[in-house]
Amino acid sequence: MFNPANRFFVATWGALAAGLVNTLLAAALTVVFALVIGTALAVARVSSSRAYRWLVVSVIELFRGLPVVITIYFAARVLPEVGVALPPLWYLVIGLTAYNCVIIAEIVRAGINALPRGQTEAAYAVGLSRFQTLRLILLPQAFRIMLPALISQLVVIVKDTSLGFVIFGFSEFVRAANIVIQYFIGQEGINLTLQMYVAVALVFILVNYGLGKLAEYIQARLSRSRPDVAAPPGAELTAARGATGGTGAV
Amino acid sequence: MDALIQEFPLFWSGFLGTLRLALFAAVGSLVFGTLLASFRVSPLPPLRFVGLAWVTVFRNSPLVVVLFVFAFALPQVGIRFPTFNGNAFFWPGVAGLAAYTAAFVCEAVRAGINAVPPGQAEAARAVGLTFGQSLGTIVLPQALRSVVPPLGSVIIAMIKNSAIVGAFGVTGELFSVDGALSATGVYPALSILTGIAVCYLVITIPAGIGLNVLERRIEVKR
Repeated sequence: MFNPANRFFVATWGALAAGLVNTLLAAALTVVFALVIGTALAVARVSSSRAYRWLVVSVIELFRGLPVVITIYFAARVLPEVGVALPPLWYLVIGLTAYNCVIIAEIVRAGINALPRGQTEAAYAVGLSRFQTLRLILLPQAFRIMLPALISQLVVIVKDTSLGFVIFGFSEFVRAANIVIQYFIGQEGINLTLQMYVAVALVFILVNYGLGKLAEYIQARLSRSRPDVAAPPGAELTAARGATGGTGAV
Repeated sequence: MDALIQEFPLFWSGFLGTLRLALFAAVGSLVFGTLLASFRVSPLPPLRFVGLAWVTVFRNSPLVVVLFVFAFALPQVGIRFPTFNGNAFFWPGVAGLAAYTAAFVCEAVRAGINAVPPGQAEAARAVGLTFGQSLGTIVLPQALRSVVPPLGSVIIAMIKNSAIVGAFGVTGELFSVDGALSATGVYPALSILTGIAVCYLVITIPAGIGLNVLERRIEVKR
């Protein structure tokens, strides 16, 4: 298996690599969509009128309360039923985005709320509109503060791509490993279950451990450079929850 | 929604099945997670290493992989779980979920232990308590207050994660209701899955609200 001269070497690792590419692709697409939609939700929540805010809060609470495996399964089962046929990768991305955009919305909102009030007041005082204030003053700073929490959420997204196993006919990293295991049991009579899962777990651990360290490093740099806003009590709590697994991160 | 109304008994038994699965896993992960946390703050380097390794491995692996290992890879090396009501995946599911969640419980408890002023532990050691005694009778009871809210969040997330165990093939759980109902072909997937989603929301949303109330009530005033 680990010997390049082995006749299965290319096929096995090729299948795993293809699965890993699907996994990373799904994670990357999810991050992009979840960031855009999540930011829009956060902006809607902090800036809109009361009726709209109520709506946004309902959507956020609804999706936060659902298991992400259910949203993925929902996308994979219900979308084809109503006539939206997509490549399986997109069901995974849609399901993951539905869940993660509301988590990111909460992270961004906490970031905006952690900024000193003077920022908003000064922006209004120099004549910026509400939207300009958000776009030019608040969001850039909020993203900086919230970068560690956002990266921690990225770890969760990478892990959750493995839930693609509920989508029939989609081969992400874990599914690819399963196919390899089935092949070896069926065709060769060799049981590689433990070895394969250990290899898969190691890849995930390497990627996610690296991301976790990056988040810690950025957190440390932030609290050195911006002691005033880097660790406000509320933001710290939210960031800690993002990192150690609050409502979303486990 | 009509699937939920028409087939209410099936959904209800699935709901109870999810709660049962979550209860076993919650007890397991809280006990084991607290033990791991005590490892992580213990004066013995090997124990600290075990705690750190467990947390690093399980926090960074997907739960799916953990469950696959417990269900399929451990039997390969001779570790077999008993069946539960004839279901082979129940105990591997509970054990995998508990092992995974314990890593998060450990980090929450450790954060709580670190929030207790060090003078408390030092004073306890100074009056002659052993490490175990000072942790058990002095530090942990004080830490408990500040760890209840994060632990609550971990447990709510664990209840949601139990759906993954269901997707795996533990019958008599909410996710498996879909398998049972889809096979009949009477209801569209939208109807079945909406029913399942509602059942999860019935657990998670009140739990979240309850946790917020609790959090405000026991806020540590220092």
